[in-house]
Amino acid sequence: MSYSRIPSMTLAIAAAVAMIGCGQKEEPKPAPAPAPVAAPVPPPPPPKPEVTVQLGHVAPLTGPQAHLGKDNENGARMAIDELNAKGLEIGGAKIKFVLVPEDDQADPKQGTIVAQKLVDAKVSGVIGHLNSGTTIPASKIYFDAGIPQISGSATNPKYTQQGFATAFRVMANDVQQGKVLGGFATKQLAGKTVAIIDDRTAYGQGLADEFEKAVVASGGKVVTREFTTDKATDFAAILTKIKSKKPDVLFYGGMDAQGGPMTKQMKSLGLKAKFLTGDGGCTPEYIKLAGAASEGQFCSLPGVPLDQMPGGKAFGDAFNAKYGQIQLYAPYVYDAVMVMVDSMKRANSVESAKFLPEIGKSDYQGVTTKIQFDDKGDLKGGAISLYQVKDGKWEYRETIGGSVVAEVKEAVKEAATAVKDAAVATGDAAKDAMKDAAKEGSKVAAEVSKDAAAAKAAVEKK
Amino acid sequence: MDIFIQQIINGLVLGSIYALVALGYTMVYGIMGLINFAHGEVVMIGAMVALTVIKLLANSGLPVFIIILLALAAAAVVCMAVGFSIERIAYRPLRHAPKLAPLITAIGVSIVLQNLSMLIWGRNYHAFPPILPTSAHDVFGATITTLQVAIVLIATLMMAGLIVLIHRTRLGRAMRATSENPSIAQLMGVNINQIISITFIIGSALAAVAGLMVSANYSIAHYYMGFMLGLKAFTAAVLGGIGNIAGAVLGGILLGLIESLGAGYIGDLTGGFLGSHYQDIFAFFVLIGVLIFRPSGLVGEKVSERA
Repeated sequence: MSYSRIPSMTLAIAAAVAMIGCGQKEEPKPAPAPAPVAAPVPPPPPPKPEVTVQLGHVAPLTGPQAHLGKDNENGARMAIDELNAKGLEIGGAKIKFVLVPEDDQADPKQGTIVAQKLVDAKVSGVIGHLNSGTTIPASKIYFDAGIPQISGSATNPKYTQQGFATAFRVMANDVQQGKVLGGFATKQLAGKTVAIIDDRTAYGQGLADEFEKAVVASGGKVVTREFTTDKATDFAAILTKIKSKKPDVLFYGGMDAQGGPMTKQMKSLGLKAKFLTGDGGCTPEYIKLAGAASEGQFCSLPGVPLDQMPGGKAFGDAFNAKYGQIQLYAPYVYDAVMVMVDSMKRANSVESAKFLPEIGKSDYQGVTTKIQFDDKGDLKGGAISLYQVKDGKWEYRETIGGSVVAEVKEAVKEAATAVKDAAVATGDAAKDAMKDAAKEGSKVAAEVSKDAAAAKAAVEKK
Repeated sequence: MDIFIQQIINGLVLGSIYALVALGYTMVYGIMGLINFAHGEVVMIGAMVALTVIKLLANSGLPVFIIILLALAAAAVVCMAVGFSIERIAYRPLRHAPKLAPLITAIGVSIVLQNLSMLIWGRNYHAFPPILPTSAHDVFGATITTLQVAIVLIATLMMAGLIVLIHRTRLGRAMRATSENPSIAQLMGVNINQIISITFIIGSALAAVAGLMVSANYSIAHYYMGFMLGLKAFTAAVLGGIGNIAGAVLGGILLGLIESLGAGYIGDLTGGFLGSHYQDIFAFFVLIGVLIFRPSGLVGEKVSERA
């Protein structure tokens, strides 16, 4: 970036010089405004140097997860459009953000290729990737190049455990999510026996592993673990096998494109387990693909529901008007862009090396949650919400852990201070009252003594 | 026991789906000796067109049977046009080129069709409207839906129809002659360009049927669905003996059964050492075995003289 900035700045200065040189002839006319009043024309303000900042964005734009990839990209695009419309100034220069969208096809190999491409294009920062499987290998390339990376959706814990100072995510990781899901399956769903399927991707397998640990830890039994791929459509064989084990709950670690048809096939095979899946299946697409079989099934999503977040509803409405229904991660990606730009503002620089240290210190109220990072780059206190399909729609059930607990704690703290204040106030009031009473008493005493004196005088007169 | 029967049914249905697609591969290969890798995408386009028509007519009040027939007709017409154009644009100019050239254009056409349909139908998954009866029949404790019965029957009927067409009709004789030796067939008065076009058109019509059946069974259609399906169907065709009509169906059903039983029992049989993630490996292992001992497939004829 620092290289590409110089020519654009030089250009801007050159343009400014050229304009001055040409005198009034070349004065830019922003709009052919009809100005009948012969007012004195104010001299044009010296143009601020404009700096173009490139932000890379990576998600699968082709292949089975293209619908989610496009959703992510739209989230980033929306943030960038808003920022450009606002017209930010950082380091005394006007900033124009440019999104550099890349397609990694949800393929780890392709993920590293496009990562190198973005590094070569000298982007200031990278938003993405979507899948853990592509994010993890790509993160090393960004780290080596010193380019900050914020993913809105990669949840595999490994991503931030590699010790890369450049890796951040604005979503709770799979350890947190798996724990909540495992507890939910054994407690709330009363699942004694659990079957698990995963799609052998870094995300699906990672989440399923954490889920399995949590189920075992909370006293549940995993009766079978089956596997599919992120490109499959037929699950009859593994579902039939699972049916023979008669589990109470079936957990799927994977995306909606498999989860939907899987639920449908589960029903037509007469498998009566409750279906539970993670964030990858928590989409309207899942319900569309599973049809009536989706009714009553469960999913989890890091964060709290959009309409419960401050500004969440407004974001949802604006997004729907511009790009159509939110699929899944668009608000998280939007926040990822905003957090990165917020760090640039605080660092007063758009240079990767300068604003990178600021990302870790973020304290930003996004549309999804309050974003603060721990020392690894993970979201602090990420909440997990659970949803259930009711009447063909994901309906919010409950939120476990995370910032909601923090919020409650804060509320309790606030209440405590209020009580203390109240107590102090009560004390003051009592004091005042006593003072008043004392005053009153002394007054009365004075009066009494006065009366007594008068009486004494009267007696003496007599 | 009901679980075992269910696995057999699963395999039979999956295999019939492979067979439906494999028929198109094997037919084109049988006549031209060309592997039409774009066939999977033609299946996808069939599914997309059928789905579009069904969505348009779902609330029209027409009987379900009529809607399905109209959707099938529309899909068949579009697929035939696509198939005809593919042959005309991508294969005919390369007919006398080295064998590798049309293979490369086939992959190219496949990518073009995928992206084209992404532009037309978008990146989202399309769900099949629930207009088909979903009633399941009970077979010794296992279940099979009406649609799945239809898939197995249609695969068998299509195979029989194609065999009759190729071995009992005038057109079939011309096809066989073209397959045997195109130059001699042309000298004998066979218009081989026309025959090859007709082969592609029939193959594409079969793809339309397959597309409708696949998307109805999984109630899903997506611009990417043709890729994996095409690959598996190609494997099935090779397994049965590519170029042989009955072999395609046999290969398809065998592949379906291997996958289904493999995924269902391999974990328990190996004590958890191998799991259902080895399902594909198992299928390809069988394929390698067959090719080592019978290079021309299970029922294929010797193809060495074609070289």
